Amino acid sequence: MSKQRETELYRPGETLAVKVWRGNANGGGFHAYTVPSQESQTVLDVVTWIQQNAEPTLTYRFACRVGMCGSCAMMVNGEPRWTCRTHVKKVIGDKPLEIAPLRNLPVIKDLAADMAEFFDKWTAARGQFQPSQSRDDAMAAISPDEPRRAAANAAIECINCAVCYAACDTVAANPGYLGPAALNRAWTLQSDVRDDAFAERLDAVSAGGGCFNCHSHQSCMTYCPNELNPTASIAGLKRLSAFSYLTGGKSR
Amino acid sequence: MSGSHRRDGLRIASMVHRISGLALALFLPLHFYTLGLALNDAAELDTFLRWTDNPLVKIAEAGLVGLLSLHLFGGLRLLALEFLPWSPRQKLYAALAASASVFVSLGFFLSAV
Repeated sequence: MSKQRETELYRPGETLAVKVWRGNANGGGFHAYTVPSQESQTVLDVVTWIQQNAEPTLTYRFACRVGMCGSCAMMVNGEPRWTCRTHVKKVIGDKPLEIAPLRNLPVIKDLAADMAEFFDKWTAARGQFQPSQSRDDAMAAISPDEPRRAAANAAIECINCAVCYAACDTVAANPGYLGPAALNRAWTLQSDVRDDAFAERLDAVSAGGGCFNCHSHQSCMTYCPNELNPTASIAGLKRLSAFSYLTGGKSR
Repeated sequence: MSGSHRRDGLRIASMVHRISGLALALFLPLHFYTLGLALNDAAELDTFLRWTDNPLVKIAEAGLVGLLSLHLFGGLRLLALEFLPWSPRQKLYAALAASASVFVSLGFFLSAV
């Protein structure tokens, strides 16, 4: 945004026009609010101001406010974002700031999306760590330089915010698709030498709705607030699956 | 979604790959029909081949060659994406695939006229 435009649209101490989606699973629409604008104001600050001062029944989710918990993701001007780390200044355009519940998920009420299917898909992709050793065994010594560990490390900082899931056009077109977050999680576990469910997880992520549904648009990478690249993780799963097929399941 | 993600280069590359594939699939029956004429109706084939000397048909053929090379180079890009270690240069590869297709299509047109 140019400096001039920024001064025109963002005047700390004055007001900000906001539209917030209100409704439930049966439908709803945008309601307009006028919010005092402040320096360094985040989109979550705007939603909180509305709930505390204008609309006490407004429903939304947040917890940490510092980009760690992944609970405050919403659609902001039509794009999925973590609202606690999104400054109004960064997203304000020449129209009212538009805030809506996450795309590709059912709505419970107002800005709170139903995350059940998102997490069910983590389970379907076998997103749980399956230990290969017990507490009586010595701790596994893993060098951070080991290639598989480096692959896992590159993908592991996911905060489960579902921004990638909301950004994914493949999820929008195919509700059965596991989605970028669940597959990214599966990739980190496939890259973990301590895990003991490699073959079962590979079956889970190679089945219908799995990694082969990805069209590599890379919207997940574009929007991931933690700058992860789920498309690269999904390509990794496709490779594992193809090589496993070619080697009769012996490759790992 | 606001739709801005649909203007992303890689989203466009994915759509170009699909649409070129569908367009080629639509062309194939006509292609096989013409090949069939060589076996069944030589006179009709000659008439058809004379018609293809029309410059407008040459332009359309260059478009077809363009679709074919877009689908070929786009397919190679996807194979590399899915089978080689990940590279962050996906947009560069998509742009190279598009450039190579333009080169092939123009090359065909220049040699045909």
